[in-house]
Amino acid sequence: MRNKEMRFTMFLLIPVVLVLVGYVLYPSIRTLWESFFYKGSIGVGNYKAFFSPESLSNLEALWNSVYISLLSVLCSALIGIPLAFIFNKYEFPGRSFFSSVAILPMVLPSLVGVMAFMFLYGESGLIPNAIKDLFGLEKVPFKIGGVSGILIVHAYTMYVYFYMTVSSTIRNIDPSLEEAAFNLGASRLTVFRKVTLPLLTPAIVGASLLVFMTSMASFSAPFLLAGGFRVLSLQIYFSKINGNMEMAATQSVILSIVSISFLLFMRWYQNRKDYRMQAKGIGAHRSEVKNLFVKWTMVAIGVIGVIVLLLPHATILVLSLVLDGTWTWQTYPSVFNFENYMLLFKDPAIWDPVRHSLTLAFIATLGNLVFGVITSYVLVKRKFIGKNLVDSMVMLPWALPATVVGMNLILAFNERSILTFGHILVGTFWILPLAYFIRHIPLVVRSTNAALEQLDDSLEEAARNLGAKWFYTFRRIVLPLVLPGVLSGTLLAFVEAVGEFPTSVLLYTLNNRPISIEIMNQLRMFNMGQAAAYGMIQISLIAIVLFISNKFFGVKAERSL
Amino acid sequence: MSSITLKHVTKKFNTFSAVKELNLEIKEGEFFTFLGPSGCGKTTTLRMIAGFYYPTIGTIHFGDKDMTRVAPEKRNTGMVFQNYALFPHMTVFENVAFGLKVRKCAKSEVITRVEEALRKVRLEQLIDRQVSQLSGGQQQRVALARALVIEPDILLLDEPLSNLDARLRDEMRAEILRLQREYRITTIYVTHDQVEALTMSDRIAVFNTGECQQVGTPKQIYDEPANDFVASFIGETNLLSIQLAREDDEKIYVRLENDETTEMVIPKDRSNTIKDTPSALSIRPEAVEVSTKELEGANCFQGTIEMVQFTGAAEHLFIKVGEQTIQALVLNNHLWSERKKGESVWIRFPGEYVWIIPNVLGEGAHEK
Repeated sequence: MRNKEMRFTMFLLIPVVLVLVGYVLYPSIRTLWESFFYKGSIGVGNYKAFFSPESLSNLEALWNSVYISLLSVLCSALIGIPLAFIFNKYEFPGRSFFSSVAILPMVLPSLVGVMAFMFLYGESGLIPNAIKDLFGLEKVPFKIGGVSGILIVHAYTMYVYFYMTVSSTIRNIDPSLEEAAFNLGASRLTVFRKVTLPLLTPAIVGASLLVFMTSMASFSAPFLLAGGFRVLSLQIYFSKINGNMEMAATQSVILSIVSISFLLFMRWYQNRKDYRMQAKGIGAHRSEVKNLFVKWTMVAIGVIGVIVLLLPHATILVLSLVLDGTWTWQTYPSVFNFENYMLLFKDPAIWDPVRHSLTLAFIATLGNLVFGVITSYVLVKRKFIGKNLVDSMVMLPWALPATVVGMNLILAFNERSILTFGHILVGTFWILPLAYFIRHIPLVVRSTNAALEQLDDSLEEAARNLGAKWFYTFRRIVLPLVLPGVLSGTLLAFVEAVGEFPTSVLLYTLNNRPISIEIMNQLRMFNMGQAAAYGMIQISLIAIVLFISNKFFGVKAERSL
Repeated sequence: MSSITLKHVTKKFNTFSAVKELNLEIKEGEFFTFLGPSGCGKTTTLRMIAGFYYPTIGTIHFGDKDMTRVAPEKRNTGMVFQNYALFPHMTVFENVAFGLKVRKCAKSEVITRVEEALRKVRLEQLIDRQVSQLSGGQQQRVALARALVIEPDILLLDEPLSNLDARLRDEMRAEILRLQREYRITTIYVTHDQVEALTMSDRIAVFNTGECQQVGTPKQIYDEPANDFVASFIGETNLLSIQLAREDDEKIYVRLENDETTEMVIPKDRSNTIKDTPSALSIRPEAVEVSTKELEGANCFQGTIEMVQFTGAAEHLFIKVGEQTIQALVLNNHLWSERKKGESVWIRFPGEYVWIIPNVLGEGAHEK
């Protein structure tokens, strides 16, 4: 019956909406509400304080966040776009190896990456000191820190967004489009400017958006590298630590507004034109490089690139073998063994964070899987009024910086409510899985959406026509077919949950502190080796998950970006 | 097997009416075709019978059972989709067995029935293939076997041949017809291809803009179309706007719209129109008599050759008569292909092959 169909849609939709309203929308509104409380009364006092010319610290942080983000976009684009062109347009020795290494920054959790950069290029970093000793210099020739440090870390981790989106577009451009332009008499430069570049617009816009939002939300890099330098995401953390919840809420609101405005602007820009390819042609062919000099220059660039890209991973590996307490005043570490790893198994206090991380990520990801599949099914395959609204709620956690998500949860769940079944969640084990869950809703829903949109409606109809009930159809037809898409999103969510730092640092307690927090603690105690060993564990976990998913499910996790 | 009755069926999507006030009766064991251009409502009607849409108004009965709002999985219809909708993650066997497993048949029965069905569509040797390894024609056969194996009361075919090339299409047409005759199953076939409709159907319903224009046997539809839309959609025809001049007991006399002088004489039983409504004269090209010598008597016109198209078995002549271009078709007898543009010819519209019909397409629709 028609009503039966509608009732069934409702049956699926209501839990979805309840979760979204309760755990995504309500906490955000709670933060907004909180930001209008100023010294016990309602008003815009907090905003006045934020923008007041007397204390410039907030405005300075806002300005720094914005310009660092814009510079990050620029730096990432300058690295990622040319690389994508070189690796996808030309054929030279080692090309496919270089191109697969190029996405390695993805398997480096942000905090671990920043740590590696500190040890590599910081004041007492290995590279500057090596150069100093090699050339007998008085002082280290360079060191990173403050803005330059943040920018370099950002460029290293975020150029991948440009590299991947532009690469996939280049591969999908119908070569006949460029050939048609040549045929009409256009020069190489004209073809690039008038045909290739415009077709890349969606990729470049999309990547810019990702980099900008990730930089605005970036927490680990400024946290470890900024020194006295202020950025907004960090200011929120400090306000919270100082107990000024109203100011933390206000800063959260302003950071969110900047992020979301940029998001809306980019959406608008992208929708002005239609860039879709009319027909799907054959894939682009790579031209072989004939000129020997150019060829070997490219190989050399590739090799140097690989070294630069792998140095952070290698540094973490080396550091993890250094026994704590043996590398203090020396320039270089000298004692290497597996003690840091052995301790993991000997000392339960050191093993605990690993166990916690796995448990938390598992619970959150399981939630994401179930919720994501239902939500996506309702959004893609069912008709109901208000779909855009539900879709916006799903995407909200993506637009919100991690620190803001953390603040939202603190403000919403530090009191008893129906949503928390009468408990105070803040300060308990459950607040972290909830945070990870919320953070990764968009990721899983979006990857599932993509898979479901590929699934022709007629398959489901054919099954119904042959007598299968909805659930049987869903189990036997829909689920097996969308599983690769679902898994790619879910596994990426798991990987990110294992590496998650900003929400963890705001919400962790002693009995659920994950690896990231323990890395921070070990760094504070100058136990570099132990911190690095934790980092290696994170890297290995991520690598294993990605490897398994690629090998056994044919899943390319990076597709979900 | 069962008959199907549609009463006053209307389907609206928001304000757009996809199907309007449809009344149809499809007999048991009949091969019934919905024919019409795209967007005419034929697929919508089929989907209402399958249960994927529910009518906004009206009822659908299978036999005496009211099925209007029964869920699709409870209708026991077998449907073949335009894109076949084979389950890509299953083998040929698993695809065909799907409906039987849902019906909780015993394992041994599933195997024998699937093998039987695959033998009927001549695919028994491909039983363990993945469906992606099959050619278009083979996929089509799997889809047919999958629909037939559940022994449905009604077989629904939604443009099943439109994705095949011309040769395969001929072959599958025969195949479908053979299976339908063998199972004697009530079949509804949706197509926009008039040749398929004419060659396969017991009866045809012609659709346009959501309305059923005519229901009849292929011969009725071709020889006595209900109106100018049906006449022009099925086969080639010459359509001329006319006015009724006068009538007596046996004959009617009509005048071409922009020719006040010539009167044409037509037997009364060759008219399907009511006096004083806009009317058109339809005559099939093969019924037009052509001659290089002067023709005398009623319904004769002199014209000039505009073009001669050689198609192998026949020759198409385009003859200019006044402002009109008349098409005529003659079998290839080596008489016409040498004729040049501008040569004089005479044509005659034999009264018994002329068909007078209401003009529903509107004014100016027949001027070419």
